[in-house]
Order: sequence, then C-alpha cells, then structure tokens
Amino acid sequence: MLKVLKAGFFTSIQDLGRFGYRNIGVPVSGFMDNAAVRKANMLLNNDLDAAVLEITMTGPELEFESPTYICLSGADLSSTLNGKTLENYRVIKVSEGDILSCGKLKNGFRSYLAIKDGFQTEKVLGSRSQYFPVTQKASVQDWDEIPYKETPDFKPTISEIKTEGNFDLRSLEVYKGPEFSILSVNQLASLFKKTFTISKENNRMAYQIKELIGKHKHSMLTSGTLPGTVQLTPAGRIIILMKDGQTTGGYPRILQISNTSISILAQKRYRDTISFKLI
Amino acid sequence: MKSYPISIKPFGQSAVLVEWPIKVEDDILQDILNFIDAFQRLNMEDWEISAAYNSLTIVNNQGQIDFIKIKKLIADCYLEQKAKKIKRKEYLWRIPVCYDKAFGIDLDDASRRLGLSVEEIIQMHTSFEYRVYGIGFLPGFMYLGGLPKALEIPRRKEPRLRVAKGSVGLAAKQTGIYPQNSPGGWNIIGRCPIPIFNPNLEKPCFVNVGDKIMFHKISKAEYDLHKIEGEVGIYKPENVQLNA
Repeated sequence: MLKVLKAGFFTSIQDLGRFGYRNIGVPVSGFMDNAAVRKANMLLNNDLDAAVLEITMTGPELEFESPTYICLSGADLSSTLNGKTLENYRVIKVSEGDILSCGKLKNGFRSYLAIKDGFQTEKVLGSRSQYFPVTQKASVQDWDEIPYKETPDFKPTISEIKTEGNFDLRSLEVYKGPEFSILSVNQLASLFKKTFTISKENNRMAYQIKELIGKHKHSMLTSGTLPGTVQLTPAGRIIILMKDGQTTGGYPRILQISNTSISILAQKRYRDTISFKLI
Repeated sequence: MKSYPISIKPFGQSAVLVEWPIKVEDDILQDILNFIDAFQRLNMEDWEISAAYNSLTIVNNQGQIDFIKIKKLIADCYLEQKAKKIKRKEYLWRIPVCYDKAFGIDLDDASRRLGLSVEEIIQMHTSFEYRVYGIGFLPGFMYLGGLPKALEIPRRKEPRLRVAKGSVGLAAKQTGIYPQNSPGGWNIIGRCPIPIFNPNLEKPCFVNVGDKIMFHKISKAEYDLHKIEGEVGIYKPENVQLNA
C-alpha cells in the first residue's frame, strides 16, 4: 500500500481513461499530460494504461509500505525520498517505510508518479481514473491507502532518459472545429495572431482563456465535444475542454487542439501564455 | 423511411462528426438510431459513438484516423442501413417527481413568469411524453424533447452554484433532471428521488437515447421511500415497451 500522509493540492489516480461510456455522458478522463506519463510507464516496462498519480501544483507526502520501483515525470516538484533529491525520468528503487515528499514546483503544473505495474485500485466502468461521481472520490485524500504490487527486484531495460519536457512550448497545434466557419475576419485575426493568457479558471475539465475575441450570436443544437475541443461562448470567451470535459455542449466548437497539444496545455497554469497554430 | 442529406466532417485528428438537418424531430432521431445500429454491426473495435439531437460524434480511442477512409465507410453504412428494416426496442419510462415546494424552489417564480398556477405547471409537466434525444453533459443527463410551449421559460438570470442531485428543471424548450449536484441555471420545479446514473450497475444508465420519459407526481412520503429504495438499489423504474 501507498499511504497518503498528505494529499497535496489536487492529486488523483489516472490511467489512459474511460472509454465506451461517452453515450451516457461519462467523460474520458485519464492522464492530462499523456506524453510525460508514457515515458514514465515505459521506463518501468509498464503497460501504457498503468495507473499513476497525477499531482497538481503542490505535491503530496507519501509512505511506501512495501518495496517497489517508481518513476517521476512531468513537472519537477523538487521531490525527495527520505530527504534525498529525486530526478524525473529515472527509475528509482524504494524500500518499505520510504517517504516521498515534494517541494517547490520548478516548472510545469502537473507531475506524475508512476509505479511498477501501476496502482491497483478498483476499476469503475473499465478505468481507474478518478472522476466524481463515477468513482466515489474526485481525488486522493489524506490517509487514503493506494494498493500496488510489491516488487523487490526489477531490472529496467533503460533506467533513465534525458528529456526537456514540454514546458516552454507555447504554440498549440489546432485543427478547424465543426463551427470554424462562424468566425469573423476579426476573430480569425485575433485567434491566430495574438498570444493568449491562461485564466484562473483552469482544471481537469477545462482551461479558460483570459482575453475575449469578440461576441457572436450563433446558436446551435447541443452536439458532441471531446478533450481538446475549443468552444467560443456568446461573450467571446475561449474555453478549451480537457480530459474531464463534458461530452456534449451548446457553444460553437471553433477549433480542436491536437492530442500532443493537450499534453502541452496540461502543463500550463494561471498567467502562462499560449498561441494557436492551424495545421 | 426518409433519407436525409447528412454531412460528415473531421473533428480533430481522431473523431468524425456526422450531422443531420438542424431540427429536433422524431424522424431524424429514428434515422440516427438506425445508423447507430448499422455502425455497431460493423464491429469496429476502438470506436465509440454518441448521439445528440441532430448529430453523432464518432471517436477513435486509439488516436489518429484516416478521415477519407472513415468518411467513405460512414457514407456507405448510411446508404446500406436504408435498405434494412430495423426493429429496435423503445421504452416509455415513468419517472417519479416530488413537486413539494421544499424541492421545487422556483415553482412560485415560474408560476408568476409563465402565468400559470403551480397546479397547472405540475399538471402540464406530468401529462406529456418526452423523447430522449441524447445523453451527455454530465453522466446520465438526458436531453429531452417535447416540452409544451406553455412551459417554455428562460433560464434564471443568475445560475446557482449548486443545484441538488435529482432536481427537475425547466429551461427554454427543455426539461430534465440533474443527475448529480452541479452548478445550473434552470428553473427548479421538483426533485426525482431515484438515481438516473449508477456506476455500480451493469447498465449504469437505464434509459437509452430514443426512449420516452413521462413524469408522475409523488408525495413527500413516497419521495422518501423511493429515495431509500434508490440508494440501496431495489427501486425498479416502471417501463412500458413502446414498439412491442
């Protein structure tokens, strides 16, 4: 078991996501920064969908109750194991009683703790990803105990990789959305020439952009939305749906950001800037 | 069965949007449902499909798709299903609602704005059959069509930060049930005691798109009873097969 001594700001269990229930309104959920998790799971020779801890902004304090191997990736939270500094993208052996603590967030917004064979919490509708009310809790709480398999010995094929992460990338690759054609010349110019700021309203459901790009009066029947769908409200506000985003919506879908760009956006926080690049 | 000019658009790199004419009507919904059946018979692994009023979102869960290829497949599938007679089971569900003022917190306000008495609102709300045109937004949230014109009322000016689970509301041409606590701007006229979405059941949402919903009025005591039955999982919602 992994004992959660302190949960941190928002720590949740995530895997690849919950597929097959979109038709009854269940969001996909899953890792926000897929690119970062993929590497961590690969270093541990895990399956792609092995469940990890997604740690947002302020890290947890965790106690390992049996030996295993872990790998951190994504944002660098200045984590330590029994006081010893840990590096991202490196396989680390942990022993019974080891305590992982987190410090200052150095870059990015979301950090991942992958563990050998993944966390073994119960699957709900085919996935371990926490999303309330599909799962009983929205996130990990103080004193939770998260099961994992004991692994006293493991020889990784590759024990570390050098990678920069995607924290400096600002440009998000986008495709035209289904209602792209409603955009006025002015709105188009703003969208692809300006730099935008991430607002305070940003979480696993959606990221809102601070700047407005002009009102519109287009009304439409509610229709499907996906992670990465960029909606434009009548007031001119840009909303980018993320992994826990609703499955349908009534605002025009002006753009769709690429899967890679969802990972980039997932590492942005309040006041960070982005731009859109049509591909 | 009528045929419609459908449009097939790319929706990012891993999804396709299929659109029917921009209307809320039974014939279009039936056509969409027939298409879903036909698409599902293709047994395309990794693809999922969801309906909303006049559109279908078809998503590949593995990532990048070949749009030209899938577009052709969808177009062929649409033409082919036209040739087949499909028998699908549709149900009418009777959903209990308690219109007690403790739950129907906007009943008095709605009565004033609609120019109807509270009794008239309840009487009308419970005498129509509503068609389920889609399930989305939140797990188990039903988009219902068929609200009588007399009950059309704009959303509240200021949305509430928290609308209680089970709340039954009116907003423009829509009525529906909030399946979980959620922010919301609808005018709340009652509360449904039974869960519409339960992840612990084999079928987490008992309603299917295409089914019909009818509300019936229950007392506060019946509400309390059904609430407990719902929580322990023994409440069986009443249904009638429509096309038996």
